[in-house]
Amino acid sequence: MSDILSGITQALNLIITLNPDVLEIAALSIYISLSATLLAACISVPIGGLIHFYEFPGKKVLITIIQTLYSVPTVVVGLVIYLLLSRSGPLGFFGLLFTPEGMILGQTVLIIPIMMGLVISALSGVDRTIRDTLISLGATGFQGVIQIVKEARYAILSAVILGFGRAISEVGVAMMIGGNINGETRVLTTAIALQTGMGDFPFSIALGIILLAIALVVVISLNLITSGVFHKAGQIWAGAPKE
Amino acid sequence: MIDLAGITKTFGKTDVIREIDLKITKGEIFTLIGPSGSGKTTLLRIIDLLDTPSAGSYRFDGTDTQDPATDLIPLRRRMAMVFQKPAVLNTSVEENVAFGLKFRGVDSKIIGEQVRAALDMVGLYHLAKRRAISLSGGEMQRVAIARAIITKPEILLLDEPTANLDPLSSDTIESVIKKVNRESKTTVILATHDMVQGQRLADRIGVIMNGSLVQTGTGHDIFYRPDTQAIARFVGIDTILSGTVTKNMEGHAYIEVCGRTIEAVTSLPPGTKVNLYLRPEEVSLSLPKTNDHSRSSIRNHLTGRITGIVPFGPFERITVDCGCTITALLTRFSCEDLHLLPGMDVVAEIKASAVHVTAYKP
Repeated sequence: MSDILSGITQALNLIITLNPDVLEIAALSIYISLSATLLAACISVPIGGLIHFYEFPGKKVLITIIQTLYSVPTVVVGLVIYLLLSRSGPLGFFGLLFTPEGMILGQTVLIIPIMMGLVISALSGVDRTIRDTLISLGATGFQGVIQIVKEARYAILSAVILGFGRAISEVGVAMMIGGNINGETRVLTTAIALQTGMGDFPFSIALGIILLAIALVVVISLNLITSGVFHKAGQIWAGAPKE
Repeated sequence: MIDLAGITKTFGKTDVIREIDLKITKGEIFTLIGPSGSGKTTLLRIIDLLDTPSAGSYRFDGTDTQDPATDLIPLRRRMAMVFQKPAVLNTSVEENVAFGLKFRGVDSKIIGEQVRAALDMVGLYHLAKRRAISLSGGEMQRVAIARAIITKPEILLLDEPTANLDPLSSDTIESVIKKVNRESKTTVILATHDMVQGQRLADRIGVIMNGSLVQTGTGHDIFYRPDTQAIARFVGIDTILSGTVTKNMEGHAYIEVCGRTIEAVTSLPPGTKVNLYLRPEEVSLSLPKTNDHSRSSIRNHLTGRITGIVPFGPFERITVDCGCTITALLTRFSCEDLHLLPGMDVVAEIKASAVHVTAYKP
């Protein structure tokens, strides 16, 4: 019990004094996961849109596969990407193994299914009468798609934030592709695993608190979006009607 | 302007609409009336080019809409539709109204002016900055109407536009529809289950039942000269009798109906089995002892017994058994004046010209 208490005290000390090691690891984590999230969003939103808007044979099967991949174990993605990026692998010549860029690639692959699946759900959630209304108002195919995507913007944003949450909290890809190299590829989750193994509890707890703080920011943003706070803020910003 | 021939739409194995032939000319107000689920919405969606018919041909201002080479977007842009369930996009009221013009690439300055004019027309300018999804159902419907008329469509399609509205807002919308029709020569096609509204607005009415367009004509044709019993019941004719013509003197016929003789105007010859339709407003009631046949121009006086009195808005609906049941609609005042009660004997009086006669149809 005293281990935990003193660990928490020391951890808070490390955070308050802005310990450079802690900050470096946290910054690298955010950099890698944010990049992976942006990359995955650039791929998932348009492709999710295409899957939603076009009818083709095997569409339902494809959506089921995407949904199944929501729960792919991070170590399996890690293994596959490792084999691809290793020196003898087909992408070995890029030299991405044990680099932050390799980790970005791995996390991108990991979160694409969940993001794409939720984008498809978000677009399906837009009422069919909206689509009819847009067509009836004379929208071209492209104008209609843009408006429907805009209509689903909050749900799409939630999908992106959820993707970020999965990326920053995973260990498998970060450990296997990054290799947990101090000052190079060590991120919050791998550092916690390592430091705990070495008995350095205060450092692990400090990183754990930071990880939770990031998760908290993610959850709060998600709640704000889904509860429509941004709608109301937009309304206040737009100004009350003047009579 | 619109020329439909043999239009059928099938969903699964059911024909939602069946072999509809309809021509609508430029500038007219055409209302489609019919019970819920009779196919009005499907027909409007086909006209608006949202759905394609399963069979039949549709020419829009001479253009064959089913020709694969026809670009439908320019045709759709000459029309606007207001849906029964108003859908607004999650943005401000003014942006919702502006969509049609934005899609057409109109300059934003002009859009601003026209949005104001359109919102003024439906009485919603004070809500221009509000988020559209926060509006009430009736307000959303008015936004949908402003959004449709702003594009100055040649054809305005309205699906139950006042179903969600209070009577005052309905009046506003009806006057907007008439104004647009009068000032811009816009062709209006309106679907409604509210027959009175249909009659109030229309140049011509089409009755659609079970997917078929069963009768088209003026309000007078539909309400006083229905073709079939089903149409008659739908347009509020309670009394439908059948009988046989016994004598016809130059169009003035004597028809035997449930043991009585009813006089009516028809050219059908003696021996013809016929249907008789009586609108309840055209039947008046009097008490037997005050009834003086000789001084009245009313030809039919049928004595009977009151079987029921049911309130009907400001009126009373009275059913009288004269061998067959005849329904009369009297104001509450005249009902009280005559002290009418169930079980009383009364005389039902009907002018010969108020009886609509057709050859017998089951």
